[in-house]
Amino acid sequence: MSAITFQVNGRSHTLDLDPTTPLLYVLSDDLGLRGPKFGCGLGQCGACTAIVNGTALRSCITAVSAVAGKEITTLEGLGTPEKPHPIQKAFIEEQAAQCGFCLNGVILTAKALLDRKPHPTDAEIQGALSNVLCRCFTHTRMHRAIQRAAREVAR
Amino acid sequence: MTRESFAALDRRGFLKSAGALVVSFSISAPPMHAQFGNTPIPGSPQNDQVDSWIAVGADGMITAYSGKEELGQGIATAQQQLIAEELCVPFDRVKLLYCDTAMTPDQAYTSGSQSHPANFNHSNLALACATAREALLHKAAERLALPAEQLVIADGVIRARTDTSKRVSYAELVGGSRLHLALDPNAKRKPPREWTVLGKAVGRVDMAAMVTGEFEYVHNVRLPGMLHGRVVRPPSVGATVASVDESSVSTMPGVVKVVVRRNFVGVVAQKPWQAMQAAERLKVTWTPGPGLPKQSTFYDHLRSLPSRDALLVDSKDTSQVLAQSATVLRARYDHPYQMHGSVGSSCAVADVQGGKATLYSPTQGVWYQKTTGAMILGLKPQDVHVIFRRGAGCYGLNGADTVSYDALILSQAVEKPVKVQLSRKDEMAWENYGNAWTIDERAALDAAGNIVAWEHEAWTASLGNRPGPMTPGNVITGMLVGYSPAAFEPGPARDPRSYNNGSNGIPSYVAGRVAGVEGGTGTVKSEKVLVHTVQSPFWTGPLRSPARLQNTFAHESFMDELAARVKADPVEYRLRHLRNPRVVGVLKAAAKAANWETRPSPVGGRPKTGVVTGRGVACVAYEGDNGYTGIVVEVAVNQDDGRVAVKRMWVAIDAGPISNPDGLRNQAEGGALQGMSRALGEEVTWDDEKITSIDWRTYHSLPLGFELPRIECVLVDQPDERATGAGETSITVVAAALANAIFDAAGIRLRQVPFTVERVRQALQARV
Repeated sequence: MSAITFQVNGRSHTLDLDPTTPLLYVLSDDLGLRGPKFGCGLGQCGACTAIVNGTALRSCITAVSAVAGKEITTLEGLGTPEKPHPIQKAFIEEQAAQCGFCLNGVILTAKALLDRKPHPTDAEIQGALSNVLCRCFTHTRMHRAIQRAAREVAR
Repeated sequence: MTRESFAALDRRGFLKSAGALVVSFSISAPPMHAQFGNTPIPGSPQNDQVDSWIAVGADGMITAYSGKEELGQGIATAQQQLIAEELCVPFDRVKLLYCDTAMTPDQAYTSGSQSHPANFNHSNLALACATAREALLHKAAERLALPAEQLVIADGVIRARTDTSKRVSYAELVGGSRLHLALDPNAKRKPPREWTVLGKAVGRVDMAAMVTGEFEYVHNVRLPGMLHGRVVRPPSVGATVASVDESSVSTMPGVVKVVVRRNFVGVVAQKPWQAMQAAERLKVTWTPGPGLPKQSTFYDHLRSLPSRDALLVDSKDTSQVLAQSATVLRARYDHPYQMHGSVGSSCAVADVQGGKATLYSPTQGVWYQKTTGAMILGLKPQDVHVIFRRGAGCYGLNGADTVSYDALILSQAVEKPVKVQLSRKDEMAWENYGNAWTIDERAALDAAGNIVAWEHEAWTASLGNRPGPMTPGNVITGMLVGYSPAAFEPGPARDPRSYNNGSNGIPSYVAGRVAGVEGGTGTVKSEKVLVHTVQSPFWTGPLRSPARLQNTFAHESFMDELAARVKADPVEYRLRHLRNPRVVGVLKAAAKAANWETRPSPVGGRPKTGVVTGRGVACVAYEGDNGYTGIVVEVAVNQDDGRVAVKRMWVAIDAGPISNPDGLRNQAEGGALQGMSRALGEEVTWDDEKITSIDWRTYHSLPLGFELPRIECVLVDQPDERATGAGETSITVVAAALANAIFDAAGIRLRQVPFTVERVRQALQARV
């Protein structure tokens, strides 16, 4: 066990942890966050995505020791139902979900993309989402929501 | 639903706190054996009483109770619209609670495209609301001393049409007393043409919470003192426990207990990562299973096994007509086992202490988790309280029921709350797969090219199913602790007694004559449908459009082959053999939207290299009468490498009166794309002893990044018809329409799902 310090959604946490613990379980269990989710535990589906220092990472295969001193953003860190982030607002406006379990990975992957490339092409959106799964296949709405968000953010 | 869990509130407590009516419970329900599907289990609210469905609070809030749950299909929002509409209250003054065995009516499973028909027709929730509205109007007439005809209702207030000072609210009327009313079969529903809330594209009530991470999935349920469990499944199908070396993990940090019950093995630890590591390291010696049949010859193997046979229709003259006809076509279609493959592996939280159990479960049937969970625990059903919490989309019987048993067993063993989430592999290797099918189609044509006889003979492999009220062995955990799946008994077919096309075994183009009545949607009078069910080596269960999708793949592909044989246009040829206006309606609507060009397939005259495009069509009356879909797809086939790209899809859907057009569209779009993923890539695989499709590298789902087709939905509103199912319609027709489009483009006929690049390439190479 060792004390590890990192920031989550703007708040500093110092926790005594097994440093090999994947970040996902620290976020979802120790900190009780609902955004990051266990989908596969193999880094294949995207449900566990968190943004670490601006990059969308698979938290289920990222040891917590690797994020010491870093700034982590989860889905909760973007906005609230009352004050959603423009990307979240775009997903609401497009009604871009069914079960919603994959939304964490989809929205955070899109957020990291738009932060890096405010005017992505369709191919760039596809590329960013090439390893993200939605098994309800709400794909068309999600693409529309990301395009809408890009327009909103650009404005 | 908010961050606050309803966990602590039982129905009575909740109603008191809302200032609403207290609902009566019945203990005089009918016996258990009569209950699968229809009759409520003892202790649940009586479905024929209005108070079981709705309560009017002193604050004017309407609390409604439903036995049909939100799985992501949008039914919670639609039900809230229904309640607001029928009761004439604003949408946001309705609070809907669903699938909690302590407070909601028992409506069996949320499955089989039954929620819309069950609760939006003249029964159940809709009828309870209509009955209540009429009763409240009657009470208001008495209170205001005016005839009911002179009163109007708006926003939960009943007032005189002419004198606005004469008014009384629902809350004032009910004043803390129950309605004490039976559902009135004569109560009048509001006609669809007068709807102001229902029928509108109201946004999902859970959307904002989902996109911001506020929403509580079962994975997010946290109970005080909760521990984390993980299961250790057998390494091969049929393997049994020889010994477990608990000392192999006893010194690992956080490990609380190793739990062994017959062939069930699990570990409980303080933290999830500890439980995962312990499950990985626990030394279990297994006696190997009997081995598995070869996958490469599996469809032939199915045809050789002892079978339980069923005749769905038989005019007794098909052999004769086939023998006498100049033109007879035969084709065989194969469809693999496929997975539900939920994006989040299944999870449940159980708290079993002092002979009582509380279970938070993503199951589609909380009441059957109550009865079968009690069997697993050795408790009485009344001591098991099951509360639905959403998991990842399930599309049928995923790991939800089995992981619920896992959580109950582990919690009982440690007498503390335990959360269990399956690993990806445990989810994928042991779920109840959508059944494998191998199907023969045979048809005879007359001189004019019309179909004069149609035979359909199918073999499907089955083992286990939904647990129902008393068969926990229908899923893997139940079997591991010693219960058997429903018994398989081979036997010959009997003549059908009534027309039932619930599995779409009967093609749309035959008359469907049973017991002297033509129940089918088509014209062909010489007809036979025979289904052989054989024992599956793997667990199986309903996967979105079970049997209906596989049968429709065969029927609608074969219909295209027949049309091509006589050089008829595939739409025109279908219309020639259909007599049901709703199937005709969706077929024509899809063709119209697609600007369908009337000509036979394949298009012909194309080069044998490079990219060629084509179009394909398919249609179905889902379950014979529970939703209607026609689809046209346009594909591009790369003849150099075998890649198929789907360019456009036009989906026409008729589900009766449209309750929420955007929700319906979302279901139709998602079904179309999920169908595309299943048709192009999804297949369960195995070796000599175990399943080998155990993650997203070995089971191929189309990711969000693939090149999307443009999808256009045509919603066919039918305000004068009954509400039907909707969520399983579009997916049913995709595989056939794709196969037909590939044939149209490149002249190759794919008869085995999935149409992988390799299979397409082989078919292209085999082309003359």
